[in-house]
Amino acid sequence: MKKLIAASLFALSASVAGNAFAEPVKIGMITTLSGGGAGLGIDARDGFMLAIEQSGNKDIEIITEDDARKPELAVQIADKMIQSDKVDLMTGIIWSNLAMAVVPSATAQDVIYLSVNAGPSALAGAGCSPNYFNVAYQNDNFHEAMGEAANKDFKKTFIMAPNYPAGKDSLTGFKRFYKGELAGEVYTKLGQTDYAAEIAQIRASDADSVFIFLPGGMGVAFTKQYAQSGVDLPLMGPAFSFSQDVLPAIGDAALGVKNSASWAYDLDNEANKTFVEGFKEAYGRLPSVYAAQAYDTANLILSAAGKASVKDKDAFRAALKEADFDSVRGKFSFNSNNHPIQDFYVREVVKDGDTLTNKIVSTAFTDHQDAYAAECKM
Amino acid sequence: MTRETTISILIIAGLLAAAFIAQAMGETFYITLATRMAILGLAATGLNIALGLGGLVSFGHAAFFGIGGYAAGILATHAFNSEPLLLGLPGTNQMIVIWITGAIAAGLVAVLIGLISLRTSGVYFIMITLAFAQMIYYFAISWPAYGGEDGLSIYVRNAFPGMNTLAPMSFFLICFGLLALGLIVFAMLRDSRFGAALQAGRQNETRLAAVGIGPFRVRLTAFVISAMMTALAGALFADLNRFVSPSMFSWHMSGELIVLIILGGVGRLAGPLAGAIVYVLFEFALGGITEHWQFFLGLILLAVVLFARGGVMGLLAGRARHG
Amino acid sequence: MSLTLFIEQILNGLQFGVMLFLMAAGLTLIFGVMGLINLAHGSLFMVGAFACATVAAATGSFWLGLVASLAAAAAAGALVEILVIRRLYERDHLDQVLATFALILIFSEGTRWVFGSFPLYLDIPQLLSGAVHLPGGAQYPIYRLAVIGVGIAVAIGLYLLIGKTRLGMRIRAGESDREMIGALGIDIGTLYTLVFALGAALAGLAGAMVGALQSVQVGMGEPVLILAFVVIVIGGIGSIKGALIGSILVGLTETLGRFLLPHFFGLFMPNSEAATIGAALASMLIYIVMALILAFRPQGLFAANA
Repeated sequence: MKKLIAASLFALSASVAGNAFAEPVKIGMITTLSGGGAGLGIDARDGFMLAIEQSGNKDIEIITEDDARKPELAVQIADKMIQSDKVDLMTGIIWSNLAMAVVPSATAQDVIYLSVNAGPSALAGAGCSPNYFNVAYQNDNFHEAMGEAANKDFKKTFIMAPNYPAGKDSLTGFKRFYKGELAGEVYTKLGQTDYAAEIAQIRASDADSVFIFLPGGMGVAFTKQYAQSGVDLPLMGPAFSFSQDVLPAIGDAALGVKNSASWAYDLDNEANKTFVEGFKEAYGRLPSVYAAQAYDTANLILSAAGKASVKDKDAFRAALKEADFDSVRGKFSFNSNNHPIQDFYVREVVKDGDTLTNKIVSTAFTDHQDAYAAECKM
Repeated sequence: MTRETTISILIIAGLLAAAFIAQAMGETFYITLATRMAILGLAATGLNIALGLGGLVSFGHAAFFGIGGYAAGILATHAFNSEPLLLGLPGTNQMIVIWITGAIAAGLVAVLIGLISLRTSGVYFIMITLAFAQMIYYFAISWPAYGGEDGLSIYVRNAFPGMNTLAPMSFFLICFGLLALGLIVFAMLRDSRFGAALQAGRQNETRLAAVGIGPFRVRLTAFVISAMMTALAGALFADLNRFVSPSMFSWHMSGELIVLIILGGVGRLAGPLAGAIVYVLFEFALGGITEHWQFFLGLILLAVVLFARGGVMGLLAGRARHG
Repeated sequence: MSLTLFIEQILNGLQFGVMLFLMAAGLTLIFGVMGLINLAHGSLFMVGAFACATVAAATGSFWLGLVASLAAAAAAGALVEILVIRRLYERDHLDQVLATFALILIFSEGTRWVFGSFPLYLDIPQLLSGAVHLPGGAQYPIYRLAVIGVGIAVAIGLYLLIGKTRLGMRIRAGESDREMIGALGIDIGTLYTLVFALGAALAGLAGAMVGALQSVQVGMGEPVLILAFVVIVIGGIGSIKGALIGSILVGLTETLGRFLLPHFFGLFMPNSEAATIGAALASMLIYIVMALILAFRPQGLFAANA
């Protein structure tokens, strides 16, 4: 849970004045390192640490703790980090429900929180805060992008997601931009692993395509079963079900699936090349979108800490808002609600040698912002 | 004073002292940790009435814990947004009103669950209580009005007359006060005629029926009281975290409550509290050492069941009077 | 709604039920013979899936993986029985719940320690991939038909084992009177270890077969475990026949509920809302069924030693 990562040799800071900060920065990272979904948290942590190591900066201390995907535990750790460790910034949470547990109370205590993955709509609209920066996406974004992209090829889509808030946000996001008809709209049980009944309904419908949002193990299960079912309608979804962390487990069944994201490893820019090469070298595997977002978050913090002291909250918030860093996603800026304005891509699962991975096939949105920014008053 | 009473008082006073020492050292987080121990101790003391005294192994007490939590969350949200709740009644941010509402709601649900579950016994009882908790869990996840799986944030901790509940120490004292009250209720129940009937029913049902006491009504009453106390702890837990979510209903939570009791000592007055103290400390200390802390937690729990029967209280105060 | 869709859903329910039976049979056998409530049964399911995925990846053969899953789960079961479980037979259910809860933590976190946090790859064998046409025009995956076949074979096998063999006679003796088998000069310790390993092997087999259909990951046994408990409680604890009927009942209820309830609500409300409410009710449905059955038959449908 509590693991001090040694980036904290303060003594050296005088000699490397080039990248020393006005004030050392203490970051609390709460993420999922054990239990279901630990793969995402490990990727995010590794991406974040990579950026810090590459910067060579010694003025950053990071305290990493494991939330085991339990909201209560996340809250307890957050209390500890704020009250006992007195961190300046917090980051790392993967899941929306944990973010909703931690973020409102942390930002109310004047701690700046930077999201590496979750983006619940409540925090983008009326519940936005000057202390909350989302460096990843608003939850609806990936689904919106897929809805927009689907307009090109499809007229009648069967859509499906688990029956919980993120699942409903997903289908709402898809429908917001999709102009075709729906052949069916199905909500499954959260954590469900057998999709025979749903696949039968897809088979019986007159759909021309299928959109699913089934993160983690649910997506692995569905995709494998779908490939065996004899139904061969094109499958699409947000990147969560087809990200680098689960592709090896799905295997060839994922080939050809279209999925939407703000990043892919073949995105052509300098920052991304440094990131992908560095990640492969350091950890011996390909990075996922979670690692990419966390890498960007770390670089954003580094850029702001170079400009302002973290103790001067106003100046530091202003420095963060400038988003003056080289994002692995290319263009990146903050909207009025501190959520990203960025491009979204459609990727396709391909085989690169023996490794399954995603390649960009088209751009769904340019400079896309979320639907809730207008509701945010700050 | 028996050895057990002395040790119980020492444990309870120790928790209070720890909070004051943390306060003196300016370590607010340790007050929060002590508050957590008090709340989990209260929740498990509630379960101890059913499980320890009545021998009713409820694997679904998370249902009541969660109902208490949601009572706090829902009432506070309505008060915060100034929306009427039901039939024009307003929400509230007064802890006392929330506690009463949560306890009554849990009590009513416990009557329903108890009426069906108490017809069964043994493993059937364990599993049917689990099934009811799962029902509520899935309902909470998919019910969109109060956040579903995302849960519900309580933006400002609820209020208690004459105290600033935001101060960690004040909130700890409120929780500690309720814990003390819960322990007194437990002790009174245990030593009452009702408690004697309940414990007799655990050991020998036919003998109880022979003296003309219907074990069903005794058990149902115990089950309902037990649920109400756990719900009270749930409401406090929500205020501690300023957040409620369906994970309060999960079967892991039910399992944890049972773990606390066995760790501390089944049916013992200070058992659940001792269990909560040890468990929270384990979780905190082990987590600091390794990412794989759950592995070692498992080993420790296993060792307690196999070799340290009677839990912490068994070690400190010897075997319980009753088997 | 067409007839072919309905038939396909019935098959799906049957397949799900048969898979549950493999889990529930072991659980109910262990309870019937030893009086033990084993929460860690889901961990043995996980062990089977991981063993199968590892061996299949190393050798390229799903079939060797299947053998490995049986062996690994049986070995893990026997080991756990000898080290831990046999100390619990004389204890009350409370101690059993806690000890096996602790075993879940150890198995889950231990597996993560060894295999990491990312799901493993396991695919169904070439021989059984793809779908076949059923009479009436429906299409159905061959693999799922094979799972139904294996389930039925195991059910018959268990029936023969318990009804016709020496081991089965001892198991039946153990169920009805624990002291008696001691008196008959049977080594109870060995018998218990054997029964536990048999239950574990069935769970491992289920894990491997299901692992090929879904994600092989830590914690995959827990949802199945809870359903298997629902099954044996509905069927009557200790009764293999009850487990079989309970499994099919739960499998059909779960599958058809998921499929029919949203349609039902769609008759009088907008589609999107109907889908949400239907799905919510469907996820609670089997627990409601279980509560109803126990309200009227507190010992389940076929109580073995009522």
